[in-house]
Amino acid sequence: MTTATNASTVTPVKADVTSGQPLLAVEGLKVHFPVNRGFILQRTVGHVKAVDGIGFSLKHGETLGLVGESGSGKTTAGRAILQLTKPTAGKVTFEGQELTTMKPDAIRKMRRRMGIVFQDPYGSLNPRMTAGNIVGEPLIVHRLFTSKAEYREKVAELLQVVGLSPAMANRYPHEFSGGQRQRLGVARALAARPSLIVLDEPVSALDVSIQAQVINLLQDLQEQFNLAYIFIAHDLSVVRHISDRVAVMYLGKIVEIATRDEIYKNPLHPYTKALLSAVPAPDPVLERKRERIVLKGDIPSPLNPPSGCVFHTRCPIAIDDCKGDVPPLREVGPEHWVACIRV
Amino acid sequence: MRGTGRALRKNPNLLAGTVILTIMALIAIITVTPGARLVARYDPQALAVVHRLEQPSASHWFGTDRLGRDIYARTLHGAKVSLVVAVSVALSVTVIGMTIGITVGYNRTADNLVMRVMDGMMSFPTLVLALALVATLGSSLFNVVLVICIVDTPGMTRVVRGVVLSLRERSYVESARAIGASMPRVLFRHIAPNTLAPVIIQASVFFAGAILTEAALGFLGVGTPEYIPSWGNIISAGREYVTINFWISFFPGLFLALTVLAANLVGDGLRDVLDPRLRGAT
Repeated sequence: MTTATNASTVTPVKADVTSGQPLLAVEGLKVHFPVNRGFILQRTVGHVKAVDGIGFSLKHGETLGLVGESGSGKTTAGRAILQLTKPTAGKVTFEGQELTTMKPDAIRKMRRRMGIVFQDPYGSLNPRMTAGNIVGEPLIVHRLFTSKAEYREKVAELLQVVGLSPAMANRYPHEFSGGQRQRLGVARALAARPSLIVLDEPVSALDVSIQAQVINLLQDLQEQFNLAYIFIAHDLSVVRHISDRVAVMYLGKIVEIATRDEIYKNPLHPYTKALLSAVPAPDPVLERKRERIVLKGDIPSPLNPPSGCVFHTRCPIAIDDCKGDVPPLREVGPEHWVACIRV
Repeated sequence: MRGTGRALRKNPNLLAGTVILTIMALIAIITVTPGARLVARYDPQALAVVHRLEQPSASHWFGTDRLGRDIYARTLHGAKVSLVVAVSVALSVTVIGMTIGITVGYNRTADNLVMRVMDGMMSFPTLVLALALVATLGSSLFNVVLVICIVDTPGMTRVVRGVVLSLRERSYVESARAIGASMPRVLFRHIAPNTLAPVIIQASVFFAGAILTEAALGFLGVGTPEYIPSWGNIISAGREYVTINFWISFFPGLFLALTVLAANLVGDGLRDVLDPRLRGAT
């Protein structure tokens, strides 16, 4: 267990058991979007701090759940890790290579090793490409076949792996259902044999019955190909089902990160507690006794976040000291990190 | 293209448009070959003042103009100029407009500058700008095409850029970047094909518009020179006689209207055929 410390954030970096190195290490990652005013002479009047210094690590074959309400920066964090959005600051080390300083061409080659599945199964597939080409495009981009026959064979195999019939290769996206489309998205992300896939709310646009199928598929594939997942979601029960560890984000910051069982049984940060108290219990007796922590107000604007602990404006246990310094993530138990001075 | 026949059968509008355009194209082609004599007995330039302003008859199907020239022959020969102008304009404007539109729409650095120039060009009334340009450059067939291209390009660029601006934010474009696709691949495989629907419609509008603009320039006396018949200058020559000898303007006008209609039908049909969602499931 190593710990990297810098001024504003403490980053838990967990060592990989086999190689001594994590698959992915994120340190002090920030994404600030400039806000411009003015028509011709534009000036920057502020920054939206979508992601403001997050850090974590991920092992081969591990799943990290990234949860938080809308606007907490979880999607932007996923994009920034994959360098689809350029980070403002911070380091992303993937398979031993630093991505943030890489040249665009080198990153294009690295993309073989990392994939993404999008939330919207309708918008994420090019309507003018056949299913076969959608799934096979990564193979073409990275020249992963030697003959047309081999290409077709690989595409058929990918379709089969995600539970679709190879005979569907000539169909267009509009001929598929939502769940089937999401399977196509998964097959596409899987095509170049990556070691990491960012799943950006992969099931939140699907019916509950279909959600379970896709989740099971993702778990099977993880086992089969030793994939590491960053599972971005706001549905806490789905996250509990699939994650090994869970990180809770609030206003661009990770406020708590722990193993799945630890965070669900022993949440320490007041925001995590509030979030978990919103999950309904399936047992009506328990449900009646369930204590609900309702937060007041909305998430503050990331353009002008509160001073000190960004949560203090809505926190039920906030004290004056919370407005002062930004609370660092500190280890309070084995693999359990919290950014709160009152814990 | 696979399934052309099926597409035509399923889409009567496309079929009708294609048939009319094909006939017009055949007329245009045959009038530049010696076969011209077979379809039109008279020389479109032959003067016969004795027979001036004759009504349509067995020997002069569409009648004659004020110099006794056969309107039927002139109308058939006029197809050539009108179609050459229309096809060249539609193709050039599509290519130029897509190139500029996709470039500035995806890579925003030059966007503001280029689009303000386009706005400037669009702020002139089309015909006034075309008139000024032809007057400066001199009236020849090439200049007419060039000028119509210049006045139409901003419109096409605008359409393409607008579509590209919305497409570049779609997740399938981000998905293409995420798998490591190169910029040309993203542009040609993911963005360009999805701009086609509005581009085809716009191109068919410009195709039809080019015939009309050419006719308008001819009408104003700065289009193709009078010794080369075009629908525009035939109609223009008949304008003084419209109330008493309507046929001079009527027949070339009818051909013009049919061609414009056909162009719009084809544009509409083509858009449907090229869209996999409308191609008819399985």
